[in-house]
Amino acid sequence: MRRIIAVLLENESGALSRVVGLFSQRAYNIESLTVSPTNDKTLSRMTITTDVVNHAELEQMMKQLHKLVDVLRVTELTQSAHVERELLLVKVRTVGSEAREEVKRTCDIYRGQIVDITQNLYTIQLTGAGAKLDAFIATMDDASEIVEVVRSGVCGIARGDKALRA
Amino acid sequence: MEMLSGAEMVVRSLQDEGIEHIFGYPGGSVLDIYDAIFQSDKIEHYLVRHEQAAVHMADAYSRSTGKVGCVLVTAGPGATNCITGIATAYMDSIPLVVLSGQVPTFWIGDDAFQETDMIGVSRPVVKHSFSCRTAEEIPMAIKKAFYIASTGRPGPVVIELPKDVQNPLNKFPYEYPESVSLRSYNPTLSGHKGQIKRAVAALLSARKPVLYVGGGAIIANASKQVLELAEKLNLPVTNTLMGLGAFPGEHKQFIGMLGMHGNYEANKSMHNADLIFSCGARFDDRVTNNVEKFCPHAKIMHIDIDPTSISKNIHADLPIVGSVEVVLQQMLDLIDETQATNDSESINAWWDQINEWRAKDCLAYKTSETHIKPQQVIQCLYKVTKGDAIVTSDVGQHQMVAAQYYPFKEPRQWINSGGAGTMGFGLPAAMGCKIAFPDRPVVCVTGDGSIQMNIQELSTCMQYNIPLVILLLNNRSLGMVKQWQKMFYGGRQSHSYMDSVPDFVKLSEAYNHIGIKVDKIEELEPALTRAFELKDRVVFVDVAIDPEEHVYPMQIKSGSMEDMYLSKTEKTDA
Ligand SMILES: Cc1ncc(C[n+]2csc(CCOP(=O)(O)OP(=O)(O)O)c2C)c(N)n1
Ligand SMILES: [Mg+2]
Repeated sequence: MRRIIAVLLENESGALSRVVGLFSQRAYNIESLTVSPTNDKTLSRMTITTDVVNHAELEQMMKQLHKLVDVLRVTELTQSAHVERELLLVKVRTVGSEAREEVKRTCDIYRGQIVDITQNLYTIQLTGAGAKLDAFIATMDDASEIVEVVRSGVCGIARGDKALRA
Repeated sequence: MEMLSGAEMVVRSLQDEGIEHIFGYPGGSVLDIYDAIFQSDKIEHYLVRHEQAAVHMADAYSRSTGKVGCVLVTAGPGATNCITGIATAYMDSIPLVVLSGQVPTFWIGDDAFQETDMIGVSRPVVKHSFSCRTAEEIPMAIKKAFYIASTGRPGPVVIELPKDVQNPLNKFPYEYPESVSLRSYNPTLSGHKGQIKRAVAALLSARKPVLYVGGGAIIANASKQVLELAEKLNLPVTNTLMGLGAFPGEHKQFIGMLGMHGNYEANKSMHNADLIFSCGARFDDRVTNNVEKFCPHAKIMHIDIDPTSISKNIHADLPIVGSVEVVLQQMLDLIDETQATNDSESINAWWDQINEWRAKDCLAYKTSETHIKPQQVIQCLYKVTKGDAIVTSDVGQHQMVAAQYYPFKEPRQWINSGGAGTMGFGLPAAMGCKIAFPDRPVVCVTGDGSIQMNIQELSTCMQYNIPLVILLLNNRSLGMVKQWQKMFYGGRQSHSYMDSVPDFVKLSEAYNHIGIKVDKIEELEPALTRAFELKDRVVFVDVAIDPEEHVYPMQIKSGSMEDMYLSKTEKTDA
């Protein structure tokens, strides 16, 4: 089961390594992990996507995260309405105006933006849920030659009134 | 405000925290702190011979008193030598503060002389850690470290102190914080009211209950509540290896230790119970045996201050997060309030069943004409000390025999490395206990393998005149390893035999201690009597025991709790 865990923790040195250490020490799986300070600079917000075998494993994982002295709040997002987004930057090589048109069209369909151009290279920016980015990369692979791909990992937030705050 | 250097702040903060004893070993990166200690008359420092021993001493000092143990070591090898000790404390939830030096901040990351990332190396075995990058941070870091180490589920905390931060030439205003609170750390002490109600109801309606009491009950100082609850409801009580002493070992409701080398009646009662009430015990694999076959008829209630311990190995039907002491008191208050009680008839029937299992007398053993049996040694120790000694142990057969044959009267009387099983723990542990309780008899029950893992501490004993008794159950082998090889590896004794056990009497004498060798059973009691009479000396009693003796009962691997070998020739029918 793919699950998204949101963590609010002290923005202190060592806090990230404790979280990462916990995952490797307990043989938990991390698919992606993003972290950044919040509007309150003393706090960091982390989003972890993981694959768990059952609910008991998820619960244990969340309890273990909460047990870390730096961690204030832990919540799981996929079990209720939420928004998840990931940022993709992809650099593709195109030869000929037809191919360039094709790239531009695909980019528009996906509502991506071209953020850098050279003679043969386009750098495209796209945000969305992971599956959309996967589909975009597959399409681009047909339309052009992919030079490099970088993805931010998932950021998630609950919909509605729910909020993860100190 | 008073102006102090970083090094002085370390020592003053420890004083203001109420620390009287500290265990350690100096080196370049902590010389300024050692200089400040030299000038303090409030803190007594014990110089060990190996940093691992300093941590075990502080650990046992904590286990025997309930206070936080404190260690000071230098950077690099000094710090890494502590890791086994820290891991040992971590596994048994023992509060420690370990201060380690570090290279100056401006060298960190440059592979400077004796630079080791202690925060990184210790991370998986600490509750938390701090690195002080300025002197002004020191008092608060120390305050937080003691607070975190000693509250919630206790554990070791490391503080790294770079050398420049200690600089005696730079003085800063000093004030020790009176209190501390952390927004990200608020351990739950009292139990959820609804859960307390449900727990009382479940306990009162159980027909075959077992109170399963672990080290958490000792840490929480909950023995009084355990006893009161057990007596009020006539409940059978079993202790884990870590819980021994939490319930009086000679109480008629005590059914013995449970688990891998637990009593027949304890393991049988667990397996056949309809309610298991865990008080600060964590369903360790050394208790449960095969979790798939664990206690098939039982509802599980579990009090633990650490939520991650609940439903980790065994699903808890009724979880209660909180301190064992507080939660049991809440339950007792509710029982008193409602005047409710359990069905004495079904409890009596349960006791009839348990007493039948008890009658098997699983700890009975055959004596021999030619060899001293390890069980005899522990029983003699009990007799000579009238059951009042603080007993520390190392790891192996001797540890299990001590746990089985010395019924501990009170909590904090049995000091052993249960979670980590660290050989070499026993001697420094005994030293830590003796420093905490100079007027009580302290004995280290050890093996010929284990004692040699920290034997250098005989020198520390000499320096500070720490009088204790070392009782060596000498089977000229790594007995516990050999037992497994005999039972499960076709008797192939791969590297479990020690061809060159030293002459421990001469060795003790080299350190100006007294050594006594015991080869015959009739020499045993006089030797032990003399050892405890020599109150101002370390006495090393080396007892030659039967090298072929095994520890029984022993659970059968992959079986349920009630599947046990009972002797070399007998096992339960599964
Ligand atoms: C540091 C460490 N290394 C290895 C072990 C594995 N081990 C467990 S018991 C044991 C044998 C202990 O021998 P001894 O101290 O003589 O005790 P005995 O079993 O003979 O009573 C060993 C090697 C351990 N627990 N700790
Ligand atoms: Mg031995």
